Amino acid sequence: MNKNGVGNYKKRGMAKEIMRRLMKNKMAVAGLVIITILILLAVFADVFIDYEKDVVAQDIPNRLQGPSAEHWCGTDEFGRDIFARLVYGSRVSLLVGVVAVVVALLIGGILGAVAGYYEGVLDNVIMRVMDIFLAVPSILMAITIVAAFGTNLIYVMIAIGISGVPGFARIVRAAVLSVKDQEFVESSKAIGAANITVIFREIIPNCMAPIIVQATLGVAGSILSTASLSFIGLGVQPPSPEWGAMLSGGRNYLRDATHLTLFPGLAIVITVLALNLLGDGLRDALDPRLKQ
Amino acid sequence: MSEPLLEVKHLCKYFNTSGGVLHAVDDVSFAIEKGKTLGVVGESGCGKSTTGRAILRLHEPTSGEVLFEGNDITKYSMKQMREMRKDMQIVFQDPFASLNPRKTVSEIIAEPFRLHRTLTNKTEREGRVLELMETVGLAARLVNSYPHELDGGRRQRIGIARALAMNPKFVVCDEPVSALDVSIQAQILNLLKQLQEERGLTYIFITHDLSVVNYFSDEIVVMYLGKIVEYTSAEQLFAHPVHPYTKALLSAIPVPRVDAKKERILLKGEITSPINPKPGCRFAPRCEYAKPECFEKSPELRETEKGHKVSCHFAEQF
Repeated sequence: MNKNGVGNYKKRGMAKEIMRRLMKNKMAVAGLVIITILILLAVFADVFIDYEKDVVAQDIPNRLQGPSAEHWCGTDEFGRDIFARLVYGSRVSLLVGVVAVVVALLIGGILGAVAGYYEGVLDNVIMRVMDIFLAVPSILMAITIVAAFGTNLIYVMIAIGISGVPGFARIVRAAVLSVKDQEFVESSKAIGAANITVIFREIIPNCMAPIIVQATLGVAGSILSTASLSFIGLGVQPPSPEWGAMLSGGRNYLRDATHLTLFPGLAIVITVLALNLLGDGLRDALDPRLKQ
Repeated sequence: MSEPLLEVKHLCKYFNTSGGVLHAVDDVSFAIEKGKTLGVVGESGCGKSTTGRAILRLHEPTSGEVLFEGNDITKYSMKQMREMRKDMQIVFQDPFASLNPRKTVSEIIAEPFRLHRTLTNKTEREGRVLELMETVGLAARLVNSYPHELDGGRRQRIGIARALAMNPKFVVCDEPVSALDVSIQAQILNLLKQLQEERGLTYIFITHDLSVVNYFSDEIVVMYLGKIVEYTSAEQLFAHPVHPYTKALLSAIPVPRVDAKKERILLKGEITSPINPKPGCRFAPRCEYAKPECFEKSPELRETEKGHKVSCHFAEQF
C-alpha cells in the first residue's frame, strides 16, 4: 500500500457516521426538530413570558376561557394562561421525564446486564430483588420515597426513576442473554478483552433496539407518574405548573372546558411522539445492517 | 526433537449437564514444535473445538496442563492470561458469527490494539490496520465496510487479520474454512500456509476435512468422543493408519476417479453419548474387531512404533 492509497481510504468517525444516517431519516429529523423546539422553549421561557404575571397570578374574571388570540390555549380555572403554563411546565416535565429514565436506565441497565452476563446465583439474586420491586406498585414506592425524603424535585425524579428500574433490568437482561453466546463475544475474549469491556463494547451495542424503545416510552410514563404524584400533593407544588398536574387539574372541567385537559395532553403526546420518532431513527442509525 | 512451543498434558474438559457429566475432552495430551502444524480431526461433537478453546482458556479446563513455552498457563490469573492472548490467538469457524455486526472492518482489526493499549497514535494505528489488511489480502477500500456487506472469504480474512494483529506465536484455527465455499477454501488455506511460512507461526488446525488436514499438517491427532485414538505424523497416518476408527475415517475420503474401486468401511450404529461414558474403549460399540476386553478396560494411548501412538488394545494385530 502506498501513502496515497492510505489517504484515500480514511477511516470515518463513528459519531459522524451515525449522525449522517440519522439525518437521512425524515421522521427522525422531524422528531429531533420538535424536541429541539421544546427544549429551546423551556430554556428561553423567561424571555417572552413573565412568570409572576402570566403563570402564577390568578385572574378570576377571565377563568375557563377558550383559545383566543390573547390566550392561545385558553385560560384555566384560575384564569391563568394555559400556553404560558405549558411552556413553564415543560421545564419540569421534560426534566423529570428524561432524568427519571436516565436513572432507571443506568441502574436497571447495569443490573440487568450483570445478571444476564454472569447468570447463576448473581442473576437469581438480582432478578428476585427486581421481582420484589415489581410486586410493590410503582406509585406506592414513589410515594414512600417522596414522603420520606421530601417533595424536592430531585427526590421526585429519583423516586420515579427507581420505580422504572425493574423494567429496564428485565429488558436488558433478556437482550444480553440473546447476544452473549454469539461467537463474536467469544472472539473478543480471545483477543484479551476483560468482562466489563465485553459487556459494554460488544454486547450492549447489540442490545440497543429494545432499550431505546423502552427508554422513549419510559419518558412518557415518567411524565404521567409525576402527574400522579402532583395530584396527591407529593409532586410539584402548586402554583408551579407541571403538565401532569395541569392534566389532572382540568379533569373537573372536562365537560365544559375541554381545553384545560386537551392542551396539556397534547403537549405530552407531542413530546412522546417526537421522542419515539427520534428513538426509532436512532435505533436504525445505530444498526449498520440497515444502511441503504 | 527441539523444545515444543506448546505442550498439552492430560487436558480434560467436562461439562455438567442435566443428564450427567459430559466428557467433552478426556485426558488429551500432545505437543507441537515451533513453526509446525498439528491437525486435529474427528467427527462433529468429538471435542476437537473444545480442545482448541480449552487450550486458550476460552473454556476453563477441568484439569490438566497447558504448557506454553514451558509455562503452565492454566494457572495464570485472568490478567496474566489477557497478556498471554497476544501470543495465542484463534481463528473461528463461522466468519458470519465471529465478527461484531456493529463494527467496521477497521474497528474490528484495530480492537486488539485498543484492548492492549498499544499503538495509541491514531495515524500509526490506522497504518498498521491497512498493513494487516494488505497482508491478508483485503482491499484498502473496505476499511469502512461492515461485516454483513462482505462475503464469507473476506470475513474470514478479517478474522485472520484480527488474530495476527498482535503478532502471535501460536494460532488455533478452528475449522477456519468449513463455513466457506470450496473455491474460497483453497484461497484461505493458502493464505494461512503463506502466513505460517512468513511469520513462523505454529498452528493447531482443527477440521473434519481429511484432505485439508493432509495438505496442512505435520502431525495429526485423531479424536473420537473426547479421546485421542491415534497420534502420528501426517505421512504415517495416511500411509499406515492403525486404529479401526482412523481406517474407517480415511476410507471415507472420496477419490476423484470414475473407475476407482474403493472399499469403504461403514461404521455401524450411532456415535455413543459422551455423557457419563461407560468404562472401556469408547469406540468399542462400533468397532468390528471389538473383543470383550474392549468393553471392560479403557485403552491407553501408547507408542506402537516410533512416533506413532495408538489407543487400542490390539493395535499390533492390525
